[in-house]
Amino acid sequence: MSLLEIKNLHVEVGGKQILKGLTLTVEKGQVAAIMGPNGSGKSTLAYVLAGKPGYEVAEGEVLLNGESILDMAPDERAAKGVFLAFQYPVEVPGVATMTFLRTALNAQRKHRGEAELSTPEFLKLVRETSKHLHIDQEMLRRAVNVGFSGGEKKRNEILQMAVLQPRLAVLDETDSGLDIDALKVVADGVNRLRSPERSMIVITHYQRLLNYIVPDVVHVMARGKVVKSGGKELALELEASGYAQFTDEAA
Amino acid sequence: MPAEPRALKTPAEQALSAAFAAARGSLPGEGAVGKLREVAFERFDAAGLPHRRVEEWKYTDLRALMREARPLAGPAGAKPQGNIAPILSGIETDRIAIVNGRYEPTWSDAKVSDPGVTVAELFEFVADNPDYRLGQVPGTDDPAYWLNTAFMSGGVALRIRRGGSVAKPVHIAHVFSGDAAAAMYPRSVVVVEPGAQLTLIESFSGAEGVDYQVNSALELVIGDGARVDHIKVGCDGGAALRVSTLGVTVGAKAAYKDFAFTLGGAVVRNQTFVRFAGEGSEGAIDGASLLKGRQHVDNTLVIDHAVGHCTSRERFKSVLDGESHGIFQGKIIVEPHAQKTDGKMMTRALLLSDEAEADNKPELEIFADDVVCGHGATAGALDPGLKFYLMSRGIPAAEAEALLIQAFIGEVVEEIAHEGIREALMFAALKWLGSRS
Repeated sequence: MSLLEIKNLHVEVGGKQILKGLTLTVEKGQVAAIMGPNGSGKSTLAYVLAGKPGYEVAEGEVLLNGESILDMAPDERAAKGVFLAFQYPVEVPGVATMTFLRTALNAQRKHRGEAELSTPEFLKLVRETSKHLHIDQEMLRRAVNVGFSGGEKKRNEILQMAVLQPRLAVLDETDSGLDIDALKVVADGVNRLRSPERSMIVITHYQRLLNYIVPDVVHVMARGKVVKSGGKELALELEASGYAQFTDEAA
Repeated sequence: MPAEPRALKTPAEQALSAAFAAARGSLPGEGAVGKLREVAFERFDAAGLPHRRVEEWKYTDLRALMREARPLAGPAGAKPQGNIAPILSGIETDRIAIVNGRYEPTWSDAKVSDPGVTVAELFEFVADNPDYRLGQVPGTDDPAYWLNTAFMSGGVALRIRRGGSVAKPVHIAHVFSGDAAAAMYPRSVVVVEPGAQLTLIESFSGAEGVDYQVNSALELVIGDGARVDHIKVGCDGGAALRVSTLGVTVGAKAAYKDFAFTLGGAVVRNQTFVRFAGEGSEGAIDGASLLKGRQHVDNTLVIDHAVGHCTSRERFKSVLDGESHGIFQGKIIVEPHAQKTDGKMMTRALLLSDEAEADNKPELEIFADDVVCGHGATAGALDPGLKFYLMSRGIPAAEAEALLIQAFIGEVVEEIAHEGIREALMFAALKWLGSRS
């Protein structure tokens, strides 16, 4: 069974149809890149998988390990292993990053009927992962994303992913706003989490990120659908030819 | 206050007149105190209970909210009932109990633990200290204050001697004790002499379900170079009506922090009047309210920069659930010549239900030209984007909301310097959150 099956998905946001019959399968352990021009529905797909309110599914199915997730609240989906790394991570004033991580992890474990992680275990987990991501302890004591630079916010997303250990990670334009050094740190953090047990959807507008996170497959989205799929070389072709060939078909 | 002809007194106003006529001969205090009462009652009687056409009381129409005037509370007796603010029970303090508006030594700690601190019953203090005249702090041109002056039944006078400090917070605990509704009018005086230091807690509590009334006043005089933290904790019974007037005079190079935390009571008004009377002082006047049901809580501030080179910061936050009504009125006055004043005010209301109401009225009256002043006010629901972010990490909806509300309140509670008080208030906020659903 595939880890994720999206069948003929139609999604409206504010009465506007954005996804128009999207079909996509992600295998267990696979890293799938989704590329496409602005407005093709990439971020909508990310939000709909995470369960953001206001994204109305008009038609179609989303199955995680064969189980439909569309009627689940965002927290249930998270407990089932869905994780979205936000393009624009939200600032949460007054909630320390450590408290946030711990509350989230324990809520997920509780939902799955697992025991809470002990304090030493939790601290060890956070310390090790934050080290790789060049996140210092001071940052962990600060309120989530408040006063963080763009790069710090993205690294914080990957830290959360590393602590929460999802089965399906959706990375929405994780490269946006990052310089090349920050991009390498983030990509390195993501690569560290690649595993036969974990699938990833890497959404990006540019091929650049895929030099560092090398995908198993590349899907091209345009006008709310997957219009082409191929191997990692497809990303390079797109870099050369651009998206015009897909958007023109609409005319 | 605009005078207006009134044909009829409300039943509450009639009852207050009758009560004053009956009690005037027997109320405590010698000589000048009696005269103070007479003048104050006359002024009150001419104006009546404040109502919505009195600008300062616009959102707290006491004439409508106070249908009846309760009889004056008697002494509590040998075994007073009612609890002293339970949310503060874990904090070590020197306690001064004011039960039914009277200083109650049997409920108080034998003496405040430090030398250089004197504690006296209010009217004994007034008799022994002719140099101290009641009512010289700001905020005395107000009908609730007049009413307190007319009926004041007692209280405590606390003096921290020059350069002295008190290790533990001093806790003035106002308690209403009794099964039948009554009214209490405590008045206290706290004088912190130059260079002295004090953490002062004031709490209000009383029986749940008894619609008692409190009209309290505190005069706080802060000397040059003194440091004062005043934390007012309102955990009145759910049917109580309370109006508390706080008048503060701040000397030069002093540091004054104030925090008003309100959880309880049916109708509460905290009115705080601060005058910066000496240059180079800093004031931080903060507060947090957590309201539900049909609670009505009004925090009204008047910050008067009478001299220059002072800094004031006001930060008030309220969380409003059910059909509750939260009010913030804040006025910063910068008098002519009060140059280099730095005054900023911020108020935020978090509305948890469609029926809750928040009214924010910030005002600046600036008569000097070299000042930095500003204010900001917001009111809104929990940010759905924040809630989704938390939920997307696996935190269930209710827990996500609680975490965000806690953070909202925490940002201002963190301003309290005393760790134990800070923790006790956050714990009370958590308990409040737990009782929501």
